[in-house]
Amino acid sequence: MNSFTCPLPALDAETVLLGHGGGGKLSADLFHNIILPAFSNSVLDKMDDQATLEIGGARLAFTTDSFVVKPIFFRGGDIGTLAVNGTVNDLAVGGATPLFLSAAFILEEGLPIASLQTIVSSMQQAAQRAGVQIVTGDTKVVERGSCDGMFINTAGIGLIEANLRLSADQAQPGDVVLLSGPIGDHGIAILAEREGLSFETDILSDTAPLNSLVAALLATGADIRCMRDPTRGGVASSCNEIATTSGVGIQLDEAAIPVRPEVRGACELLGLDPLYIANEGKLLAICATEDAELLLAAMQQHPLGAGAAIVGKVTRANPGLLTMSTSLGTVRIVDLLANDPLPRIC
Amino acid sequence: MKYLDEYRDGRLAQRIVKEIERKVTQPWVLMEICGGQTHTIMRYGLDDLLPPLIELVHGPGCPVCVTPASILDRAIELALRDDVTLVSYGDMLRVPGTKIDLFSAKARGADVRMVYSPLDALRIARLNPHRKVVFLAVGFETTAPANAMAVYQAHREGLENFYLLASHVLVPPAIRALAASPENRVQGFIAPGHVCTVVGCADYEDIVREFHMPVVVGGFEPVDVLQAILSLVTMLEEKQPAFANDYKRSVSYLGNLEAQRILEEIFEVADQPWRGLGTIPQSGLRLRAKYAAWDADKVFDLAAPQEEADNACISAEILRGLKKPTDCSAFGGVCTPESPLGAPMVSSEGACSAYYQYRRHGLVAIQ
Repeated sequence: MNSFTCPLPALDAETVLLGHGGGGKLSADLFHNIILPAFSNSVLDKMDDQATLEIGGARLAFTTDSFVVKPIFFRGGDIGTLAVNGTVNDLAVGGATPLFLSAAFILEEGLPIASLQTIVSSMQQAAQRAGVQIVTGDTKVVERGSCDGMFINTAGIGLIEANLRLSADQAQPGDVVLLSGPIGDHGIAILAEREGLSFETDILSDTAPLNSLVAALLATGADIRCMRDPTRGGVASSCNEIATTSGVGIQLDEAAIPVRPEVRGACELLGLDPLYIANEGKLLAICATEDAELLLAAMQQHPLGAGAAIVGKVTRANPGLLTMSTSLGTVRIVDLLANDPLPRIC
Repeated sequence: MKYLDEYRDGRLAQRIVKEIERKVTQPWVLMEICGGQTHTIMRYGLDDLLPPLIELVHGPGCPVCVTPASILDRAIELALRDDVTLVSYGDMLRVPGTKIDLFSAKARGADVRMVYSPLDALRIARLNPHRKVVFLAVGFETTAPANAMAVYQAHREGLENFYLLASHVLVPPAIRALAASPENRVQGFIAPGHVCTVVGCADYEDIVREFHMPVVVGGFEPVDVLQAILSLVTMLEEKQPAFANDYKRSVSYLGNLEAQRILEEIFEVADQPWRGLGTIPQSGLRLRAKYAAWDADKVFDLAAPQEEADNACISAEILRGLKKPTDCSAFGGVCTPESPLGAPMVSSEGACSAYYQYRRHGLVAIQ
């Protein structure tokens, strides 16, 4: 035991790594170091899930998202439902009524036409369910091997009521954190279908359009500060972002966070934390403490919010940090992950 | 969830802590061997609950942390060959070799795949008969039996395109090396429950006799770890060092005999380099000569190991329980999970990562 050194890794910062797309710190670095400096403006700098634009007296919400999920068909949905619901949700959480979507397809040579037909038809059904129209689009085909079956980009616009101000910078000490239902379903449903992770589960993706739930919540008149759909990076990443942007602390109560037993079981087995697992049909809302019960009741009355719960509070202490009170009464940090959550060895 | 919630019960945990407070009269330094236990201690803030007389130091039981850079270099070299598919557990992919990690090799075009079981690597080999499928087999006595089984299966099936690149480490020789070291501060060990599930308890009883130090097999939930600490403190205060198994729901005295048989069939004990600790005699496993056709080190012509460069990282002292992550000048500043200086910051089981993830700020508890 004489050699007590540890090697210095030369980090390969010159190439894009998969972790840059994981929604954690590497993604944030890419955005802040490369994207934001190039495009910086007063709209983008707010870093909400959608841009809010004032045009001729109307307030428009505008957003875009690309979908590269693998596999393209999974339990509970497919890449098409995800592409519609994802963009609808990005608009809805800003308080907008989603109206029109675009759809751009990048197809890999060799993709069965039947697959495309199925996906387009599920997009149509999803659009109908959400009450939006797909009004423009584009199709490109790339050589076999240049993409994974198909990628879809959707963009969307919606209208926001004139006096509504929902933003990640609005959370205040004393506010309450609500979740519309059990977390982690989508991420675990996808993981179960990946090569090399052979485990069987009945968990379905929770992909769903949140606009009618959001409309029901706004109709209560509750003082809502901010909403998010915690997709990539999970509830942990959304709460961290709000804590940082609002300059407050957020403390979650471990025992209060709804997680299905099957999802919890899969996470225990794989060494993952459901707080970091993606959702595609869950709403995270922060509201004034006096309106918390009103908002919770409204969530629970909606079919997409039946499993809703109050899961935490906004604090003056620990500004910029997400923390969690454990079953033992201690408190720990719930940090942004540096990379995609990966399984542990043992 | 059964077998989990009862071991995370706050009231039960408080009862054990009270019992520890009642017993302890002087300072004791205890080491949990396994990184999974370190993780539990930090995640649940167990060190905050314990009386200040008890100091917990964190052992070398993090497979990622102690895997030498040279094996990662060999894995990366293999991965970058056109005819090789390199298969590994997820968290090995971002452990740095002397130059890059496997994720970066993947970004450069290497065929690198992540699995949960070496048997999935076998399946990849069967489906891709024209590729050479190499499984990077690291870890303690816990992961070794499944890897041995993969080689056994490959042998039985006559699968000729599957290889094991093995760097297996054994816990008891590392505990002996730590206990025998003149700078050792540790007075009692929490033995790794999962390792004992496989190999049984006899080796750990011997350690008690050799070093007159108590050893208690512990589990991985907060109540398990606190119970093991209570047993150790009781033995130390009563000056009766002994062996105890506080993880009986998983560990039997003899262990898993079937797993031990397959280990014995495939592997033999050999000297093994540990990242941070140097080479410890008879502390690793290598494939027996009979299975050389599946041994990546024998089959492929691999470059000689590179020298490892020095830096500010004090992981060697941390892995030996001499220092805490927060004693390191690089901790949380130069060294973070995104740009780790040492493996304990990379692995989710590493002590530095556990401190960084859960505890790096002076947290204010909110009621």
